Amino acid sequence: MRDVAVIGVGCTTFGEKWSSGFRELFIEAGALALEDAQLSGEKIDAMYVGNMSAGRFIEQEHIGALIADYAGLATHHIPSTRVEAACASGGLAFRQAVIAVASGMEDIVVAAGVEKMTDVEPGASTDTLTGAADREWEGFVGATFPGLYAMIATDYMHRYPLTREQLAQVAVKNHYNGARNPIAQYQQEITIDTVLNSTMVAEPLRLFDCSPITDGAAAVIVAPLSRAREFTDTPIRVLASAQASDTITLHDRRDISTLDATVAAGQRAFRMAKLAHKDIDMVEVHDCFSIAEICAIEDLGFCRKGEAGKFTADGETALGGRIPVNTSGGLKACGHPVGATGIKQVYEITQQLRNDAGKRQIDDAKIGMTHNVGGTGATAVVHILGRC
Amino acid sequence: MTVARFWRKIPQRYNMIGTRCENCGRHFFPPRTFCPDCRRSGRIVDHKFAGSGEIVTYTVIHTANEQFEAFTPYVLAIVKLDEGPRMTAQIVCRPDEVKIGMRVKSVFRRIATDGESGIIHYGTKFVPVK
Ligand SMILES: [Zn+2]
Repeated sequence: MRDVAVIGVGCTTFGEKWSSGFRELFIEAGALALEDAQLSGEKIDAMYVGNMSAGRFIEQEHIGALIADYAGLATHHIPSTRVEAACASGGLAFRQAVIAVASGMEDIVVAAGVEKMTDVEPGASTDTLTGAADREWEGFVGATFPGLYAMIATDYMHRYPLTREQLAQVAVKNHYNGARNPIAQYQQEITIDTVLNSTMVAEPLRLFDCSPITDGAAAVIVAPLSRAREFTDTPIRVLASAQASDTITLHDRRDISTLDATVAAGQRAFRMAKLAHKDIDMVEVHDCFSIAEICAIEDLGFCRKGEAGKFTADGETALGGRIPVNTSGGLKACGHPVGATGIKQVYEITQQLRNDAGKRQIDDAKIGMTHNVGGTGATAVVHILGRC
Repeated sequence: MTVARFWRKIPQRYNMIGTRCENCGRHFFPPRTFCPDCRRSGRIVDHKFAGSGEIVTYTVIHTANEQFEAFTPYVLAIVKLDEGPRMTAQIVCRPDEVKIGMRVKSVFRRIATDGESGIIHYGTKFVPVK
């Protein structure tokens, strides 16, 4: 297997982008990534595109070819593949690109993610997201996506010492970081009261416990590490790529409050990189809901089960804490264009490792981790990236 | 949803017909035709579930998907059936009544309506056992 490096990254701003369509979004992100790598499009050997549900969001399938075409590469006939694993689509697209380069099959590969969510009514987008869980045996009986995570929160709070205020602190911290990220959908700080006074969605989760509906796209370019310096002075090495699956339904899980797929992917990633938790300078985790970040930092092993509430309240996951979590603002404040999120996580860690993260920069960042989840934990993908 | 997609699942949704593996005794609801434990040596047969169990975890849905908006707020829970499997279902009770560990039994109820003239879906909900 060859060593792989990230040689270029690009990301649109995230938000409700009424004037941009699906095609404008991914072209903008792709152009930014190519410019970053000082690369012209005809050098691209292959593309992987993470996208959850263009079929339902914009009634368009066949996204791989569409993107290659609009990137001006139709006459080059490169392989272009859509990758889907609900909210983990982006993370899987990145992993496929890494595997393609590591295997020696391809050299310059684009991993992109895109989702245009606001062209349908909010009710329709919520319903589409329910398809990330089991439509027949969860969605059909009235489960919503927030409702499933709310059942994780109920179970967790019954068994472990997590207060409602500690849970709110996840969103407060992520908004603080989002306010320091120019691409974030929400750039204003909030307080614990903002969360506690927001609309109830699914008890105990309120509106500010939930990631928003977002339009956005992100793209990264990977190449063999041996060639990386042809394109950039600051290549970022891929130290580990791990993916795991679990039952599609929440009710069939071994433990409602543990995402075993996250545990498995995290352990594999640490083993592959031959690293320990103390080596990680910051991590982007999949905080689709506040409770998801609590579970993620425990399931990845950054603190023990049941302790993430206190860990968060003590500031250990804040900028300057023991392990800064979601310096981008996470899904909560940066936004969650589902197929793009996993790529945006790689974008954020790359910014940090290049010392380009501005007001949210972690001092002397050398190694970062990304964690992207599909559904309520049926897919998890973890990457570890390091400065060269 | 087409009528066939719904009708196909009637035995499961109306009557709680699942399956059981005769080789290892494990029960499956919703039914599986392949035992994950015994794999090719599994022997799957139909099994009618008794419909009793207890609440593992729950939520009260305030913001629902379109077909369920008329029902809010409603209680949604994971129920552990006495035969072993767990399932997600609505609990017919007041939001402040539901508790982890509460005993429940299945009832046959209207689940949702597909639009104004769409088909009405029926299925299994649970009620508290006093
Ligand atoms: Zn068996």
